[in-house]
Amino acid sequence: MSNETLLSVKNLEVTFNTPKGDVHAVRGVSFNLGRERLGIVGESGSGKSQTGRAILGLTAANGKITADQMTFHDVDLANLTPKQWRKVRGARISMIMQDPKYSLNPVMTIGDQIIEAYREHHKVNAKEARHRAIDMLDAVKIRDPERVFNSYPHEVSGGMGQRVMIAMMLIPDPELIIADEPTSALDVTVQLQVMAILDDLVRDRGMALIFISHDLQLVSSFCDRVLVMYQGHVVEEIKASALHEAKHPYTKGLLNCLPKMDGDHSDLPILEREASWAEG
Amino acid sequence: MSAVKRKKRDGRNRARFASGPTGTFLRLVFSLAITFFGLLLVTFLIGRVLPIDPVLAAVGDHASQSTYNRVREEMGLNLPLWQQFFIYVSNVLQGDFGQSVLTSNSVLYDIKRVFPATLELATIATIIGVALGIPAGVFAAINKGKWPDHVVRVIGLAGHSMPIFWLGLMGLLVFYMKLDWVAGPGRLDSFYVDFIEPTTGLMLVDTLIEGDIDLFWNAVSHIVLPASILAYFSLAYIARMTRSFMLEQLSQEYILTARVKGISEHRIIWRHALGNVMVPLVTVIALSYANLLEGSVLTEIVFAWPGLGLYITNSLLNADMNAVLGGTIVVGAVFISVNMLSDVLYRLLDPRARR
Repeated sequence: MSNETLLSVKNLEVTFNTPKGDVHAVRGVSFNLGRERLGIVGESGSGKSQTGRAILGLTAANGKITADQMTFHDVDLANLTPKQWRKVRGARISMIMQDPKYSLNPVMTIGDQIIEAYREHHKVNAKEARHRAIDMLDAVKIRDPERVFNSYPHEVSGGMGQRVMIAMMLIPDPELIIADEPTSALDVTVQLQVMAILDDLVRDRGMALIFISHDLQLVSSFCDRVLVMYQGHVVEEIKASALHEAKHPYTKGLLNCLPKMDGDHSDLPILEREASWAEG
Repeated sequence: MSAVKRKKRDGRNRARFASGPTGTFLRLVFSLAITFFGLLLVTFLIGRVLPIDPVLAAVGDHASQSTYNRVREEMGLNLPLWQQFFIYVSNVLQGDFGQSVLTSNSVLYDIKRVFPATLELATIATIIGVALGIPAGVFAAINKGKWPDHVVRVIGLAGHSMPIFWLGLMGLLVFYMKLDWVAGPGRLDSFYVDFIEPTTGLMLVDTLIEGDIDLFWNAVSHIVLPASILAYFSLAYIARMTRSFMLEQLSQEYILTARVKGISEHRIIWRHALGNVMVPLVTVIALSYANLLEGSVLTEIVFAWPGLGLYITNSLLNADMNAVLGGTIVVGAVFISVNMLSDVLYRLLDPRARR
């Protein structure tokens, strides 16, 4: 972990305007990110995914992003024109989506979709781009890259689809990868394989990673630092290795909910929530 | 090799055969044949249950009973129904739909004359409808709730609400009578009509085959107005459907993926979203095309367009049974083939449907 700050977020708020009134999805989230792997955990609706999307400026049309500061290197993410955004997205910050079944275009071949991501940011000819894409498919440990290159998304399995997604998002060589529940849609047996591939590539290429998940165990084993979110707030920020020393009752509650393999077979406690945590 | 293994392999081969391109083709032909058979059966039965006595129509009211019986036998109407149907099917398959009482030509000859006129009109109308309707729908979808959306909706609604014959008459009044931008009713100026040899029956093609550019532009000038008026209707429908399909696709996850990649909004809409919109849209376009191919009677009357709709209507009003049934078979066959065509296009556009 280096001290150089890549991303600095101060007091980020995401508010959605709905017919039932305003919904505050993210309320005052602040963090700094170096070349490290940061985990954001929380249950559904805690605002973890919306935090990730706000960093890429991809909040839905009825949402509003405000922040005291949101900078990536020297780029002010809070005030970008659509044209400037296109230079950041993909090329410098990228995001791995949740479910390859829905997040890949069903009528384009996998190869075309990967090449598109590469050529958007690198001026190369079609042959070179194809070469690159096949190398990248090889890098995510796809055994038969040529065949997958020419396949359509529905012709590959979920685990394979997610490797394709990783290849597609890493090929322009961004500095920061946001992985939004990258393994939640996969079989348990494939989850770890995919995570290991992502982890290797992120390390090799010296990228920073924001790993968004509801799986505290998974996050703590792949990240350096963990943010725990509850109802739009960061309730605790802690080193992954020191998770067992967590102070906040919510984090402790989450940890207690995990079943233990040895000894204790009593009922798992129910997660308790206090209204005061959401005011923080 | 053991018997079990061989059996297994045979099964796999059969599965591959049924799912390969040959299998798809065979299944297509098979379902085409079944549908066409059903069509013939229904038209045959309609022809038999209608209270029109074909014998009486041929011999007249005053013929003697013996003449009546002889003609009845000659027409094969004394045979059992299944045998009559068999004869009917074999006649139709040989292209024999019988004589038209009204025109005293063979029905096939008449249809060969009128169908190309309708085909030409419907094709040009569909091309205009698609070329304007899809961009209009996309434009409305990406500006949902803003003024371009309202404009497209109002124009579309107006297209659907105005009676087509009125629109046709107004079009003639304004663009032919007052402005003189286009030619009037008919497919060519009456002066030219006999100049052209009906090779394909499509005026735009025939004039080009003869290499007569003046005649070609004359034909264009005649078809523009009726085609545009028909196109207005299919345009309104196509734009409406495009808009709703587009809105649905733009909310999908893969659009967000494309945005993450930093792709231009233009490419996201026209390549990613529209590529998926085209899949259901092909069916919509095909159905609207098939509807136009049936012949739009009102437009054909207003523009004195000698098409299929006009022919079937006239035959119907004159109890010309053979012509009506022949026309019905043609319309049915057109529907079947347009459906087949949309099926094929569907497979081309959606890789998930290629099995």
